[in-house]
Amino acid sequence: MTKQIIVPFGPQHPVLPEPIHLDLVLEDEKVVDVIPSIGYIHRGFEKLVEKREFTEYVFIAERTCGICSFIHGATYCQGIEQIMGIQVPERANYLRTIWSEYSRLHSHLLWLGLYADSFGFENLFMNAWRIRERILDVMEQTTGGRVIQGSCKIGGVRKDISNAKLAEMNRDLDSIKREMEELTTVFLKDDTVIHRTRNVGVISRQDAFHLGAVGPTARGSGVAIDLRKTGYGAYGELDFPVITDSCGDCYSRCLVRCKELFTSVDIIQQAIAKIPDGPVDVKVTGAPNGEFFMRAEQPRGELVHYLKGNGTKFLIRSRIRTPTLTNIPPLVKMLQGCDLADVPVIVLSIDPCISCTER
Amino acid sequence: MSYLTKSPWILHYDASSCNGCDIEVLAALTPVYDVERFGIINTGNPKHADIFLVTGSVNEQNREILKNTYDQIPNPKVVIAVGICASSGGIFRECYNVMGGIDKVIPVDVWVPGCAARPESIIDGVVKALGILEEKRKAMKIPAGDTA
Repeated sequence: MTKQIIVPFGPQHPVLPEPIHLDLVLEDEKVVDVIPSIGYIHRGFEKLVEKREFTEYVFIAERTCGICSFIHGATYCQGIEQIMGIQVPERANYLRTIWSEYSRLHSHLLWLGLYADSFGFENLFMNAWRIRERILDVMEQTTGGRVIQGSCKIGGVRKDISNAKLAEMNRDLDSIKREMEELTTVFLKDDTVIHRTRNVGVISRQDAFHLGAVGPTARGSGVAIDLRKTGYGAYGELDFPVITDSCGDCYSRCLVRCKELFTSVDIIQQAIAKIPDGPVDVKVTGAPNGEFFMRAEQPRGELVHYLKGNGTKFLIRSRIRTPTLTNIPPLVKMLQGCDLADVPVIVLSIDPCISCTER
Repeated sequence: MSYLTKSPWILHYDASSCNGCDIEVLAALTPVYDVERFGIINTGNPKHADIFLVTGSVNEQNREILKNTYDQIPNPKVVIAVGICASSGGIFRECYNVMGGIDKVIPVDVWVPGCAARPESIIDGVVKALGILEEKRKAMKIPAGDTA
């Protein structure tokens, strides 16, 4: 039998912007087992609900993750609104949807860049991030923040976008779309990229389902789950497909995300066309009494915010289950049997967001 | 800035940030802000680095890693605390697993404000750090441009 050796991967590693530690058990160049350990960036802010008023906690919920911050804030607000029975104005719902989809665009472009970097395609990394800056510009113009927006509040949104600005965003998206088409062609058609990603980190549909994969990781293996189809926010009134692919390798997961970029553009353009006029918030009185599981689709998959209040200004429990946490068991499965050199590509292919995972 | 004859390299470590500052650190390196045109490169290897950019506050599990990484960077070196969490703990200050700013573990030379810190202010912080790096180099009596 070949001698087994353990190679530590992380927590400080060139390919990872965030710390996660994996002990890779190797037999020669093959990875036979992986032992993940997390906890390097655990902060424990779920407990802060006991110290912060539920209206202030929106800011903390947003800082669960700096990449999909808006979606975290919106999910928390929607959960509280469900408990308190608040009817949010239609325009606010549409604005939330528009900002959520912009978040998804920025997150997927960010991921495409990091992914390109993981297989050493530096130029592609830079290009993806160049396009991403255009998305962030829109975020900054409409909310005032580049990555942490703070524009969502319980009962609606803090800021309105004028119809003239919406029309401008619509036009802008057409040109962003053209740039993204050029970018994704390289990811999907370039021979070198295909060689590095095809049949790497394969996970079957059954394994993905049983191990609890969510988001593009599940959809890349053919599991058609997309929480946006439950119709929260304004998604119920918009028409969009659930993108899946059947191969379950790194290429499939990349393909799903590439196609989702265009779905997001389409959703934003539909929302801009349909957005009704009216107020963007309602006055909130009282305090939440009851509990609710709010589920939403984050760029990485299904996000769950569990909230429980007892009629005071302070909630008694908040629990956030983020997509990366459930994607770690599928990741371990993917890594078993792969080459050591493919580990960075496979780890990146689930789009790990560690600060979400550890909260 | 005539003393700048060599390119300063950056090592980035996420102590327990929400990612906001981390992606802004990376954004500073990519085309729109592009500090790479001045030769500032994000390296993954502590032994190649001159400037240590830390985001997020420290906790029990990562303090050793932070300390260890800091010790591996050769002298002279400067540490930049990026964002309010790295400076004091910020919005997470009262969390049970947050010890506070990174200055509890390693000496900090430059503090960059913001939540999340903007790329412009991060670049500003790096420029400030370059001056401090030069002073440290002089104190060590290493000729300008010579690698230690």
